[in-house]
Amino acid sequence: MSLALQTFSTVKDANAALQASGTRYLGGGTLVVRAANEGDVSVSSLVRVTEPSLSAVSVSGGKARLGASVTMAAITRHPELAALAPAARAVGGPAIRNMATVGGNLFAPAPYGDFAVALLALNATVAVEDGEMPVETFLAGRDTSRAVVTAVSLSLPEAESFRFLKVSRVKPKGVSVLSIAALLQRTADGTVTSARIAHGCMADRSMRAKAAEKALLGCKLTPEEIAPALAVAGEDITPITDPIASAWYRAEVLPVHLGRLLLS
Amino acid sequence: MAKVPVQFTLNGSEKAEFIESGTTLLHALRDKIGDTSPKGGCHQGTCGACSVIIDGELRLSCLTLAETCDGADIRTTAGLAEGGVLHPLQRAFLDAFATQCGFCTPGMIMAAKALLDRTPNPSREEVVEALSGNICRCTGYEPIIQAVLTAARADSQNAA
Ligand SMILES: Cc1cc2nc3c(=O)[nH]c(=O)nc-3n(C[C@H](O)[C@H](O)[C@H](O)COP(=O)(O)OP(=O)(O)OC[C@H]3O[C@@H](n4cnc5c(N)ncnc54)[C@H](O)[C@@H]3O)c2cc1C
Ligand code: FES
Ligand code: FES
Repeated sequence: MSLALQTFSTVKDANAALQASGTRYLGGGTLVVRAANEGDVSVSSLVRVTEPSLSAVSVSGGKARLGASVTMAAITRHPELAALAPAARAVGGPAIRNMATVGGNLFAPAPYGDFAVALLALNATVAVEDGEMPVETFLAGRDTSRAVVTAVSLSLPEAESFRFLKVSRVKPKGVSVLSIAALLQRTADGTVTSARIAHGCMADRSMRAKAAEKALLGCKLTPEEIAPALAVAGEDITPITDPIASAWYRAEVLPVHLGRLLLS
Repeated sequence: MAKVPVQFTLNGSEKAEFIESGTTLLHALRDKIGDTSPKGGCHQGTCGACSVIIDGELRLSCLTLAETCDGADIRTTAGLAEGGVLHPLQRAFLDAFATQCGFCTPGMIMAAKALLDRTPNPSREEVVEALSGNICRCTGYEPIIQAVLTAARADSQNAA
């Protein structure tokens, strides 16, 4: 393996180094070091940043800021991040969760990226050195992104408004057949007034189920009223095929699992 | 390729090595330092045979670059026995027939140790969850789960 690691104390210096070809950022390394071990020669140099803010979590006024180097394990243990814990716990086994970072999950190709599914439903904001953007915009342009992600910010949801589901074949861990996250605001009588739904494995990265979101407005979460949303859940999807499931299977079971999540 | 200096504590003793930049911790431990207790199974993060404890947290040495461990406290199964006396986890694995070919054993023991260090009296579910990143092709897992539960009981009796 011929990899060289460069360590910088500031994001600015790391961003300059990342412009060189064959250079990638090193988060927890669970994907990028694995690729190198498997013989991927497209990466010859890795860059990391030791700036402490990248590993910091701050929560105030119902908002959370997660540094890009914060691990899934740190999220599961944080007393104020209980709403995010199910999505963080869905990532890999214990050792992977001790290594896998928030920043790295934004780049993880399907069937990975379970935490990013939750971030997309929660309309999180992704920060780089010179600005912020909605996670949806970030995910769409991630292939050409050459800047260190520094943090992710989001409004923490009320427990009852946010639901997350990962379906896998191997229990308790195993890669996703699919994952779904839904942020639903409802009136006192249970009528949906806003819905944001994201799913994983229905493309190479997490996507929103916009047709289903629209169809849920004004509905109560009963089998009859959610049926139109389930019927359009598969619009615009191009699921992945891998050893876990074919694209056809994933498309077939998406409405079933979305229904279970909505009725749970 | 440039060599870089790395210093860390391995099972309580200071180690200093010059390694090639980009070397994994697994490679550095086995081929440079001579601690062959972490095993290289898949080099992909899926088998857990290379598990070690770094600064109190379970990690996969095959996906960790050795340079990132400068100044760290690293624990492996090779450092568990004290003065020729096996650690309760090692004893329990032998007694329960939780090790057959033995390839997964050092990783299983590190994953179990990381659990017991935080949760001395785990439930069966907690043991299953803690071992979920480790694959065993021999035992069928049940003896391993029993060994970890036995070691936890032995430890709490010693402490009482
Ligand atoms: C055995 C195994 C099981 C897994 N199971 C799951 C699972 O169940 N669910 C799941 O979602 N994922 C899973 N993964 C994938 C992976 O562990 C996670 O997606 C993880 O969050 C990736 O983060 P990382 O820090 O390790 O990324 P790295 O490997 O460090 O980086 C991945 C990519 O992101 C880029 N990157 C990372 N951080 C930044 C940053 N701050 N700024 C700019 N670029 C950055 C890197 O350059 C690289 O291209 C698994 C991986 C393995 C090996
Ligand atoms: S060798 Fe590291 S997980 Fe298999
Ligand atoms: S004892 Fe052989 S793999 Fe576990």
